[in-house]
Amino acid sequence: MNYLHSIGEYFLMLKGTFHRMTKGSVLRGLILKELDDLIIGSMGIVAFLSFFIGAVVALQTALNLNNPLIPKTLIAYAARQSIILEFAPTFISIIMAGKVGSYITSSIGSMNVTEQIDALEVMGINSLNYLIFPKIIAMLFYPFVIAISMFLGVFGAYAAAVFGGFVPPDQFVQGLQEDFIPFHLVYAFIKTFLFAFILATVPAYHGYYMKGGALEVGEASTTSFVWTSVVIIITNYAVTQLLLS
Amino acid sequence: MIEVENLHKAFDGEEVLKGIDFTFDKSKTNLIIGESGSGKSVLLKCMLGLFTPEKGVIKYDGKPYTEFTEDEKKDLSKQIGMVFQGGALFDSMTVEENVMFPLRMFTKKKKKENLERVREVLKRVNLDGSEKKMPSEISGGMQKRVSIARAIVNRPKYLFCDEPNSGLDPKTATVIDNLIQEITHEYNITTIIITHDMNSVLEIGEKIAFLKDGVLAWKGDKSQIFKTDDETVTDFVYSSNLFQKVREAQQQGL
Repeated sequence: MNYLHSIGEYFLMLKGTFHRMTKGSVLRGLILKELDDLIIGSMGIVAFLSFFIGAVVALQTALNLNNPLIPKTLIAYAARQSIILEFAPTFISIIMAGKVGSYITSSIGSMNVTEQIDALEVMGINSLNYLIFPKIIAMLFYPFVIAISMFLGVFGAYAAAVFGGFVPPDQFVQGLQEDFIPFHLVYAFIKTFLFAFILATVPAYHGYYMKGGALEVGEASTTSFVWTSVVIIITNYAVTQLLLS
Repeated sequence: MIEVENLHKAFDGEEVLKGIDFTFDKSKTNLIIGESGSGKSVLLKCMLGLFTPEKGVIKYDGKPYTEFTEDEKKDLSKQIGMVFQGGALFDSMTVEENVMFPLRMFTKKKKKENLERVREVLKRVNLDGSEKKMPSEISGGMQKRVSIARAIVNRPKYLFCDEPNSGLDPKTATVIDNLIQEITHEYNITTIIITHDMNSVLEIGEKIAFLKDGVLAWKGDKSQIFKTDDETVTDFVYSSNLFQKVREAQQQGL
């Protein structure tokens, strides 16, 4: 029953978020701030992780290619497929559930316990719209982060495979182009948009409806990370089943 | 003026307010006092529209809140200023931005005009010079004053204060009390203050509602509360050692 209640509350929160909009000029400032906090602020960790994940994928593939009949181009092919299809959109989103998600839950949760949300409501401001809508809009730019992640992942794979002496550069590039299906990119970006919405709203739900004090803000952040990851994984499965099978 | 008639509010079947009747007068500091759990904050939140009462009427200048249209409710919220117990200042904004916030949200004036109003209000609460500081960089008393400035910047008709001097030293608490009373008279607003502090009652209790277990147990003003023989009130008023000693000294003719 509790789960059903939470799911219902989550959808009511979404309904409230797109209601009674905040004044445009104020909203603009809030969106820019969220862009800085959620998108620009995540670039460093995303770049670092993507490069090394790409490198490790290439290394693992290269080290496990013992059969001389299998062409070396497979290293690039395997790296490209795993980075574009799963590592960049899904794995990075799980990392973002920890970074961006915890930030959203704790910032809204802190506002909750210090009565800042009550202050907004008393002033006649729709706190859901004021707090959550700018985050959703800012997260529309999340696919750019994932695009950069894909690029750096492939670059990391290239660096590890070519500079590690596992495959010549021309063969790596040839492998990258082999059997390329453009729809895979469409699929990756469709799910990235869905993950962006989940990353903005599920942690916001946990922060907005938490009760208690500072300790509970910490607990809410942890719960938020777990649930955001669970929702991302389930959505990933559903979207893959729908679009690729 | 705010009138509360036969107000009932319950949580999970447990009645917290049991038929409150009281009138909060204009241009007066109206105090709601009582022990913890007596229903003071619930009463305040019902008046602010944060809680919906099960029964009863709340009238703003004679008009029941239930008869307000959505636009009127929106207008009403612009006429309300609120000073929260912890200040509830927005952490990410400077003092100036916090005070300017209601103006940015609800007026179409230019930034320069808004800034002038903010400076005027900050001067009124003796905070000129602190405009660029963050809430974390100022003391608790200053935070309360910023909260008061933010509450009055839009020239409200009603000012609600939830324990405005809690956590402050007696001297600063008196400064805050006097500031709220001066602003009430100067701006001709209906001020409602929740407090436990008997010093506040003594200083600014122009009209007092005493709640006990969700019931209005006594009403009067500061000159009456220290003379009443009502035991429920005297138990509360003289629960402080200081007031107890003053009472004993008075009885002994000292």
